[in-house]
Amino acid sequence: MSKVKSLADLRNMRDELQAKVSLREKSDNPEKMVQVKVSMATCGIASGAKEVMNHMIEEMDRQAIDAIVTQTGCMGYCYAEPTIEVTLPNNNPVVFGHVDNKKAEEIIEKYIIRGELVDGIIPVNYETVNENKNE
Amino acid sequence: MKDLSMHIMDIVQNSVRAKADTVKLLISIDKDWLCIRVEDNGTGMDSETLEKVVDPFYTSRTTRKVGLGIPLIKQNAELTDGEMQLESEVGAGTILTAKFGINHIDRPPMGDIASTAAMMITGNDGVNLIFVVKKGEEEFGISTNEVKEVLGDVDVRMPKVTSFLKEMIEENIRELNIEFD
Repeated sequence: MSKVKSLADLRNMRDELQAKVSLREKSDNPEKMVQVKVSMATCGIASGAKEVMNHMIEEMDRQAIDAIVTQTGCMGYCYAEPTIEVTLPNNNPVVFGHVDNKKAEEIIEKYIIRGELVDGIIPVNYETVNENKNE
Repeated sequence: MKDLSMHIMDIVQNSVRAKADTVKLLISIDKDWLCIRVEDNGTGMDSETLEKVVDPFYTSRTTRKVGLGIPLIKQNAELTDGEMQLESEVGAGTILTAKFGINHIDRPPMGDIASTAAMMITGNDGVNLIFVVKKGEEEFGISTNEVKEVLGDVDVRMPKVTSFLKEMIEENIRELNIEFD
């Protein structure tokens, strides 16, 4: 019978992650990591945001991209869901709309890895979701 | 919502938005019923708001005119001969309990509860999400605080952590012989 994963395995994984020097430096400064916020209100969830977030997590794990992925509430772009906000280190946040798995892969490959802008950006006032008062 | 895990994500987001720092999610199977219980320590609602939240045209948001999360889960529960109950106290928090007829033809599938739970555990800053699955006397549980304690200074929001938790939750649910669908 195969062994079921436990918190002990997670502890072992922590040790591997801590061994990577670049990660140790970045964990003290999360703004040095790519930050992805996925809008997860009713409109977003119904439009597929949960699947998009799951897909992005799997892809970024597979490609070992240093990133922080979190959920957030409604950003107010219900017409363009699923939406995600991506903040590259030392850059202003950018919101992408109509994000499906394919668009998510494009955002990862082109914007996150290479810094190239991708179609589908929603023009905003460069406020992060935390600063947005539309809640 | 095409599956129950989407409802769960939606209701938990309500708790997060209500400034809860602890959210307990219990999914239990008891004979013919599948129960989903979300308990939080957020701002809570007064009795007047409690009556209004089941109205799809009521919302506290300013960006839109509808609030569909609670009405949709209520409707889905009732379609399966089940029910939804809401208890809330201002300053203390809210408990939402939804009961679904597990074998009812109109019950939506559970969906990918493992990835949903993993994303909720790691993806809500400042929230301790306590996830428990129970069938009879068997249960499995894990929480954000437990994961953080194990990880130390490694950020819980990293994709690798979420992927690991997803697999861990899947395996442990399978180990308990819990099948939702």
